Amino acid sequence: MTELKLPSIDYAAISPILIMLGTALLGVLVEALVPRRWRHVVQLTLALLAVLAALTMVVLSADERIITAGQALAIDGPTLFLQGAILVLAAMALLLIGDRSVERGGAFVAQAAVTAESADDRRQAEGRNGLTEVYPLTTFAIGGMLIFVAANDLLTMFIALEVFSLPLYLLCALARRRRLLSQEAAMKYFLLGAYASAFFLFGVALIYGFTSGIPGRTAGVDFATIHAAVGESPASPVLLFAGMALLAIGLLFKAAAAPFHVWTPDVYQGAPTPVTGFMAACTKVAAFGALLRVFQVAFADANWDFTPVLGAVAVLTMLVGAVLAVTQTDIKRLLAYSSIANAGYLLVGVLAPSRDGLAGTMFYLVAYGFSVLAAFAVVTLVRDDDGEATHLSRWAGLGRRSPFFAALFTFILLAFAGIPLTSGFTSKFAIFGPALEGGQAWLVIAGVLTSMILAFPYLRVVVMMWLSEPGESTPTVTVPGGLTSAALMIGVLATLVLGVAPAPLLDLAAGAAEFVR
Amino acid sequence: MEETVEYAQATGLLGGVWLLVAIPLISAAILLLLGRRADRWGHWLGVAAIGAAFVLGLSFFFQLRGLENKSVELSLWDFIAVGDLRVDFGLLFDPLAAVFVLLITGVGFLIHLYAVEYMAHDAGRRRFFAYFNLFVAAMLLLVLGNNYVMLYFGWEGVGLASYLLISFWTERPSAATAGKKAFLMNRVGDAGLAIGIFIMFATLGTTQYDEVFNGVGALTGTTVLVLGLLLLLGAAGKSGQFPLQAWLPDAMEGPTPVSALIHAATMVTAGVYLIARSNPIFSANSTLQLVVVSVGALTLLIGCIIGAAKDDIKRVLAWSTVSQIGYMFLGVGLGGAAYALAIVHLLAHGFFKANMFLGAGSVMHGMKDQVDIRRFGGLSKYMKITWLTFMMGWLAIIGMFPFSGFFSKEPIIVAAFEREDWTAWLFGGAALLGAGLTAFYMTRLFVLTFHGPQRWTEDIEHPHESPKLMTIPLILLAVGSVGAGFLLATSVPDWLTETAGLGGEHAEHEAVLSHTVITILSLLVTVLGAGLAWFLFRAGTATAPQPAGVLVTAARRNLYTDTVNEAVFEKPGIFLTRALVYLDNRGIDGLVNGLAAAVGGGSGRLRRMQTGFVRSYATSILAGALLVMAAFLAVQAGWLA
Repeated sequence: MTELKLPSIDYAAISPILIMLGTALLGVLVEALVPRRWRHVVQLTLALLAVLAALTMVVLSADERIITAGQALAIDGPTLFLQGAILVLAAMALLLIGDRSVERGGAFVAQAAVTAESADDRRQAEGRNGLTEVYPLTTFAIGGMLIFVAANDLLTMFIALEVFSLPLYLLCALARRRRLLSQEAAMKYFLLGAYASAFFLFGVALIYGFTSGIPGRTAGVDFATIHAAVGESPASPVLLFAGMALLAIGLLFKAAAAPFHVWTPDVYQGAPTPVTGFMAACTKVAAFGALLRVFQVAFADANWDFTPVLGAVAVLTMLVGAVLAVTQTDIKRLLAYSSIANAGYLLVGVLAPSRDGLAGTMFYLVAYGFSVLAAFAVVTLVRDDDGEATHLSRWAGLGRRSPFFAALFTFILLAFAGIPLTSGFTSKFAIFGPALEGGQAWLVIAGVLTSMILAFPYLRVVVMMWLSEPGESTPTVTVPGGLTSAALMIGVLATLVLGVAPAPLLDLAAGAAEFVR
Repeated sequence: MEETVEYAQATGLLGGVWLLVAIPLISAAILLLLGRRADRWGHWLGVAAIGAAFVLGLSFFFQLRGLENKSVELSLWDFIAVGDLRVDFGLLFDPLAAVFVLLITGVGFLIHLYAVEYMAHDAGRRRFFAYFNLFVAAMLLLVLGNNYVMLYFGWEGVGLASYLLISFWTERPSAATAGKKAFLMNRVGDAGLAIGIFIMFATLGTTQYDEVFNGVGALTGTTVLVLGLLLLLGAAGKSGQFPLQAWLPDAMEGPTPVSALIHAATMVTAGVYLIARSNPIFSANSTLQLVVVSVGALTLLIGCIIGAAKDDIKRVLAWSTVSQIGYMFLGVGLGGAAYALAIVHLLAHGFFKANMFLGAGSVMHGMKDQVDIRRFGGLSKYMKITWLTFMMGWLAIIGMFPFSGFFSKEPIIVAAFEREDWTAWLFGGAALLGAGLTAFYMTRLFVLTFHGPQRWTEDIEHPHESPKLMTIPLILLAVGSVGAGFLLATSVPDWLTETAGLGGEHAEHEAVLSHTVITILSLLVTVLGAGLAWFLFRAGTATAPQPAGVLVTAARRNLYTDTVNEAVFEKPGIFLTRALVYLDNRGIDGLVNGLAAAVGGGSGRLRRMQTGFVRSYATSILAGALLVMAAFLAVQAGWLA
């Protein structure tokens, strides 16, 4: 029989992944062994240290350009840049998740099993300490995302997808208040996520069938094989295109692109706000990292074929996000639609087939991640006795009550609207510029027009906060403790710095913007 | 003979030049961000920041003296890099910048000190010092930038600070109006400067000083003329020169230290700095120089005539500022060595005008904020220090030997007589006439305030001298008014000729009159003017407005320049805005509202698709999936490609 050949593994290069997954397992042990009152501190410290360690390893291997673990993982410029981005944003999200000063006991439910809206539920909402299982779940998700952006074959990618999705489904269900809404969101996310995973898996099967149909080649679903097969003017292109479409659907679902965005507003609204921020920032990075790799590595030669379709999806996404944002009355839903529209802009970057386009997209992901986390950080602060006050009418006159936080939020909204001197402007510039050079003017025009529509809902909130008289029901802004303040200030400062002096990060992205095959 | 301009890299201690801008800026930020928490000690932080900047400026100055190439550059970072446009965030420290730094921080420090006491009873003192520091930071950026965009940055910064400080007492409608007027008139000038910078980039592809100056030779005469005129428009706006002079006297609505620092000693001289800095551009076109000289000569006469008819102590000083800056424009317009003379006059003026403004503030402090000189009189007995220091300023400004004005103004008059054709008589004569008029109205101001019978309002019983914190800066500035002129006139011109691109060879022309004759003449008109004023006003004046002849009436009404502004700019402007509003309401709004309604309606309809049911979500995902697959297959079949 054939002897078993073990693939060589570069452990240093994949150490960030190992660190995160190892810490997650350790976190499970902590749940079992550490006394209850220490768990929160231990878990949070552990998670933050792990993120820091992983980030250090990413920085140390910044010049690594290899494919390791067989053909499973590619550690190259985009991988390292996006892993770094995920880790930095995840650290901010962890700060929000770990905060217990804004809401007594934290934003998470103390006992997930009690019936929602029952007397028990009300008691747990009164301030018993939240579940600390949140941390292992989050670290698992981060680990999955790190694999997802590094995956160099479709099966690894699929497994990574599940590794980071499953903890997210659970996390969505853990809101301390409005339990029904939270559980409903988790359920919807789970069902639709499973549904989308099936599409993805079906796509993997079709692609495998496609590669096996080419004479003289071994079949496989790693990107080098697919790339070679696409280049050979294939005999059965129907399999290729059907497979490509199904893969795209699976990934576009995670990226929240229309028409696969339907889950986004409900889930963003129902999930605990720190988790929403985590999803809006990190899941976006992971999903677009995978989209970039699949379409620019595996299917690069089918460029002419997928661009019109994905372009149409991009335009539709921008339109749906922008137009629907106009009539939203809940701040979390508004931010959800804004996140959908931003997915559209990011798709424009994916379709700019140049180094600059790739660099611009990666820059956008980072810039948007910082802003959106800061935005959700502010959302956690505006609250009354029943928890967060997310209805927009309640935000009227907030500028009079708490000018400082209203000013920060205004700044973030202006960044979303793409006003110069904010990262919103520079990042749109970084994406639209290469797209224009790549001959995708129609996408840029759609992008600019929808940004104009989108500016309206943002400015409506600004006008509401500053020009309306505070009503009796205007909630107060809780002065946050250190963790949330840190996350908020990091987000706001990054939004400002990337808007004023974007060059260092753009250079870093440009230096990293080359995939290995 | 082309001389290329080269800047050396800043090394050693000079690498810290950026601190000059950063320190006041950080201090301003702290004062604004901390809010009321900084109320108790905020003003001292403001004073300390400017003091530190002055000490740093001095040490940089001595460092620079020891260097071979006295123009050092410091590139901090790429400020703008879009396509061909590259703008450095860079600083340039050369002899010209150095003297400005010393003036701004030195005089600025004394005025800050004075303001601690002057603003002691004002609830907004911390805010005042924050704006004041902001102003100093912007002004330093203006003179330290190594390209026109940096200059423009500082230019707008000082404009903003000036606007904030003029309308500092927002509860006074006149202050708010004056702030707006200053803002609008400055905009006209700023637009000129901005367009000038655009032209620079369009024709030369750069805004760096050295590259612009080295490239000017290659431009056509018309381009240089247009460029220079636009820069001049900017300079005229900021420095209150004809035809944009009307805002400066109104700017006196701000607190007196503001008038002293911003509207007398520093900001208003930014126009002079701009023209001096852009010397290679202005020297390249003689028509341009003629325009600058004419603006200067005309403005200095306008300032004198109006100043002679005003009764508000600060406004008289303001019009005298307009007039003195006219002298400086005259100097920079003459070109060659006269550039340096204008800068010397600028420095000397910084001292004696700040001195007199602070003196005026001291008088107002003792007289319950009275500003009408017809209501003063006999104050020399009550405010000894203010009286003596003001006297130094007065003797300096009228150019009496041996006070500083004599050493700084008289050379400009001589230089005006040195032009080669009949214009020597024209401009020389104007400068000489201006000297006489200056002596007249400044003496009137001095005599009516400090001498003659007391004409106070009833509520004042015993005017008091100001506290030490106010009189010490006065004394120091008075010393400057006395001594600075001689020192400056002997050392600064040599120092300034080492500025790269500035100075150059001086085209010597025989003066139409000999130097001695001009000196004697100028002293003569000064004594005449001063004597006449003393004779007329030694017995005081009526406290009510008197009927007057055509000239005085016109002067009281600012020579009708406001009326002209109104007719030429305001009326057509109002008409234009009305027409545009009409168009906007009927046409554009209709279109926009229609679009907005369409988006809103569409949004409302689409929203209903978001039912909240997983089954309908799954259906829509499935439908989308089918569409995407169909599209991919259609593309593959060649239907869409």
